[in-house]
Formats: sequence, structure tokens, C-alpha cells
Amino acid sequence: MEHNTFHHALKIREDLCIGCSHCMNVCPTEAIRVKHGKSVLYDDRCVDCGECFRVCPVSAIIIDQDDFSRIFDYKYRVALLPSVFTGQFPEDVSLRQIHSVLLELGFTHVFEVENGVEILAEAIKAYASRHSDKKPLISSFCPAIVRLIQVKFPSLVDNIMPLKPPLDISAIHIRKSLKRQGAADEETGIFYVTPCAAKIAAIKDPVGDPDSPITGVINMDILFSKVFRQVKQRNQQSCALPVSAPLSGKEICWSLTNGESAWIEGRSLAIDEIHNVIEFLEKLENEEITDIDFLELRACDESCAGGVLTISNRFLTAERLRNHIDNYRTDDENPHPDAITPISESRDHLLKKVEIRSKISPRSIMKLDENMAEAMRKMEKVNRIMQLLPMVDCGICGAPTCQSLAQDIALGNASINYCIFIQKILEQKGELSLEETVAIMQEIWGFGKTNKYRDLKGI
Amino acid sequence: MHFEFQIEGGNFSKAGAASSQLKKILKQLNVDVRVIKRVVVALYEAEVNIVAHAWEGIIYIDIDTEKIEMKLVDKGPGIADIELAMQQGYSTASQEVREMGFGAGMGLPNIKNNSDLLKITSEVGTGTTVAMTVYLNS
Repeated sequence: MEHNTFHHALKIREDLCIGCSHCMNVCPTEAIRVKHGKSVLYDDRCVDCGECFRVCPVSAIIIDQDDFSRIFDYKYRVALLPSVFTGQFPEDVSLRQIHSVLLELGFTHVFEVENGVEILAEAIKAYASRHSDKKPLISSFCPAIVRLIQVKFPSLVDNIMPLKPPLDISAIHIRKSLKRQGAADEETGIFYVTPCAAKIAAIKDPVGDPDSPITGVINMDILFSKVFRQVKQRNQQSCALPVSAPLSGKEICWSLTNGESAWIEGRSLAIDEIHNVIEFLEKLENEEITDIDFLELRACDESCAGGVLTISNRFLTAERLRNHIDNYRTDDENPHPDAITPISESRDHLLKKVEIRSKISPRSIMKLDENMAEAMRKMEKVNRIMQLLPMVDCGICGAPTCQSLAQDIALGNASINYCIFIQKILEQKGELSLEETVAIMQEIWGFGKTNKYRDLKGI
Repeated sequence: MHFEFQIEGGNFSKAGAASSQLKKILKQLNVDVRVIKRVVVALYEAEVNIVAHAWEGIIYIDIDTEKIEMKLVDKGPGIADIELAMQQGYSTASQEVREMGFGAGMGLPNIKNNSDLLKITSEVGTGTTVAMTVYLNS
């Protein structure tokens, strides 16, 4: 039934981590602790939102990606680009320039993710009319939100619409289109350029579906630098292959805030930034909020324009996508014979494939024990420990809050004397020696930090 | 396990705090999500009733492995005709309360639908006691 392991795209590099606890303090699911001077990730709690990645001062948190050279393992190499990638560039760099550089870098085809939007919008409409009893329907577009609901709001899992994102829809079409042109499936490599970690995790470990049509993932920040460097070095606007069918402004803006809800009939609400989403879902779960038909929820502020792997300022990215829609139009051009065919060709096929077959199941991180009687014993223990803790949430114990320390202790993952206040009292009462308290601090924070202050002369 | 929450009459900014707290507790106890939903909806409605109508109140909650018992005791105007109050759409809420989106007369019927046992006792001018029980395996 429930299993509590996720594939995570976020990794903490122990060799770089300085144990500063910045990540621990911003994690919205309290998934990080500090042990032996390094940040440690609780796999079952992490939803790959990337908040930790944003605040790490030494870039010790990395986001898994496929090596760029992997594209050359394939004869047909498709760059699957979300519109926010284009939005990273200054306005004087055209879509044509960007695409032409991508082809120079080694891709044989470029296809925009948002080609799949219209089909998804149609599928949402059909799904909503079949499930008019389920309210509100929650978009499954943002994978960090899907995971957040699984771990923190298990009762809302059934409200998630089990529909694939435009990314998967486009990828299925690409495979079909290239096959018709004679490309074998194993010769086709589709590489998604991702603005965030959650998308990677969703591709490597899709919720509810066993395999993904996407071959690999390239991080947006890396590819942006490669492309922008080439754009800077030359001043022409050529393109070997004309870009495929132009997208409408509404399609381009899908991944921005309100991008989805703009397609939906009825009362819909768009909420971005993970804390805002949590606040809203709390109320929704209590049924304090009713009569909403559709919820577009995104983990990042300004949605995908604010993805952790983006470079450009999120407001400028959103502005470029919203204002300069005309840049993308190539209406007057005939498509190149080798270009990927328009997605409308595969409409019927895609509409059949768009639904995620297996169930999205809850993976609650809240429960203290499977067995209720045992969970009650643990909760009583947590409550007793809470009476003893200072409630200042200082983080010195290596946990983000007194509450999380109390839970860690009750679950056997920490000790009450990790608390600096309790250490002081125990020391005063003669129950802990000075050496012992220093040893505890070293257990949490490592040797480096506790050895720094041996010589205070000259301060 | 026993919990208590204080409710302040007239303060809608805190209405729902007790039901949110209880929801968190029940999640930690691995209670079935459908049961949690019933409990939280019933308690939220009862909590809002105190905020909307009474001067102050206390919520007593007892949890064991079979049931969740909730007792809300308020000091307030009381309910003159409990049967009438139980009818859908009946409300004595003031215009001010209705403007905040409350007072649609769905509170008591909603509590009834979401609890297995419900007992309301009231004395006009003194206060109301709402006792409700939700069984875990109903």
C-alpha cells in the first residue's frame, strides 16, 4: 500500500556541506536535521521543492541531472523546452536564435513543452465533467505539490487530477512523430530542460505510472549558460530547422501563475509559493473553504518562472512570456520536412494516454506509528518532552523546532540532552560534565565548529 | 488522551484553531482520513457556533482507540428551541456574522451528519453544551 521512499533529485554533498543549518530552517516539511556537522535529509519527508537549494551558501545541495554528452548516445536528439527557458534570455535574444544554438550544440530537434497544453486542457475539461462530485479538483502539474499533498494532506490525495503534464504529452507525441519519420524508439533521446528539482524526481520516479517517455533531464541553469555564451559570441539569427508550429500566448503562459486556471471553467483559484499552498490546504482540509471547482497550486513563487534552476529574475521571466508573445510566431513559414509534426495529429491517441492509470496514494509523514495505541503512547511522550523544552526553536539541537526535536526523541532518533538549555541545567545539577556537553555538541555540529574558538586572544 | 481548548466568543480570526489542532493530532495518531474529516468538520462547526453566538467556551476532547469524544461547553445566550435550531437553514446569527460568511444555518445539521452521537443541552441565558462522539470504526 503506502511506501515511504521517494526518488529525490536533491542531494546534499557531504564534502561541501558546512552544517550551517540554513536549509534545515527553511524546509517546509521539516525534512532536514544536522548531524555530525552535516545536513541530513529525511527521504520520506522531502518533497523536492528545492527551498534548501535556494538558501545553501556553499552550493552543497545539488540537483541530479544527466550528463550533457549523454544526448550523443542517440541518433535523434530532442531538446524538450519549457517556455520559461526562453523567458530566461534578455528580450533581444529571439526564440529563433535560441533554437538555432541548441541545434549547433548537438540537438537534432527542438520542441516546446507547451505544445501539449491544448490537449491537456481538453482532458481536464472531460475529467472535470466526469467527476463533478469531487471538489475542488487539484492540478497535478507541479510535482512538488503532488508530493506535498501525499505526505502532509493525505485526505486530499483523491482530489488530485491524475492527468499527465504537458511535458509527458509532448514527449509521447515526439516519439510517435519521429517513429513515423523512420526513427526507432531506442534511437530517440528526449531531453527535458528542467526549471526545478521536482520535475526531475517526477520523471525518474513518476507518481502512479511506471515509466516516463522522457529519456533524460538537463538542468536549465547549465543549458542557459551554454546557449547564452554562444549567442553572445555571434550576432546572427539563423536557424537550420524552422521551429515547429507557433504557440498561442495562452499556451506559452501555462506554467506561469494563473496559466492553468485561465483554461478552466467554473470557480478556480491559482496559488503559488509552497507556504501559501500549505496555508490554503490546511483550511481546505477543514472544509473551511468550499465551492471551489479547480485549484492550480505551484510550489514556487511566480510558478515555474521562479523554479530553483532558473537564472533570470522570476518577474522578468513572467513579463517576457506575457508581453512578447509575438516573438514566437512564425506563421508565415513552412515547416521543415524533418521537423516534428504538429501535435494536433496525435490528438486522439494522446487523449487516450493522458490519464495516469494507477492510483496516487497517500504517504503520510505525520503519523507517529501505524498502530494507534502505540502512536498515542508516543504522542504522550512527545507532549511530556514538550513541557521540558524551552520553545525557542533555536535549532542548536540539530532539529528545526522544539516540536520536531520532541518527535525525534519519541521516535528514538535524538536525545533530550541535545537541547542546549537542558544541557546547561544538567551541568549545573552535576549530572553532565563539561566534557560530556562538549562531546554532545560535537556529535551534532562536528569537530570543526567546536574547535574554532580555542584561542580567543586578539578579538 | 485528553485535550482542552479555550474559545473566545466573537473572535473569528481564531475560529478553527481547535479543529486544526485536533486534525494534526489525529493525523499523528494514524487515524483514518475519512474519520478525521468527519471529526474536523463537526468540531469546526461547533467551534464556530461558540465564536458566533456565545461569550466564551471550553472544548474537552478525549481520544481512545475506539472513539473520539468532544464536549463543547459555552457560556452564552443558550438555545431556546433546540429542535428548531437543528433544522437546515435556520439561524439566529446577526447580520454582522453573516457578512463574514457564517450563519447560514448549516452548523448543527452538519454536526449531526458528521458525528455518531450528538447530545445538546442548553439553558437560555446561561449557555449550551454540545457533546458529540465519532467512532473510529463506524
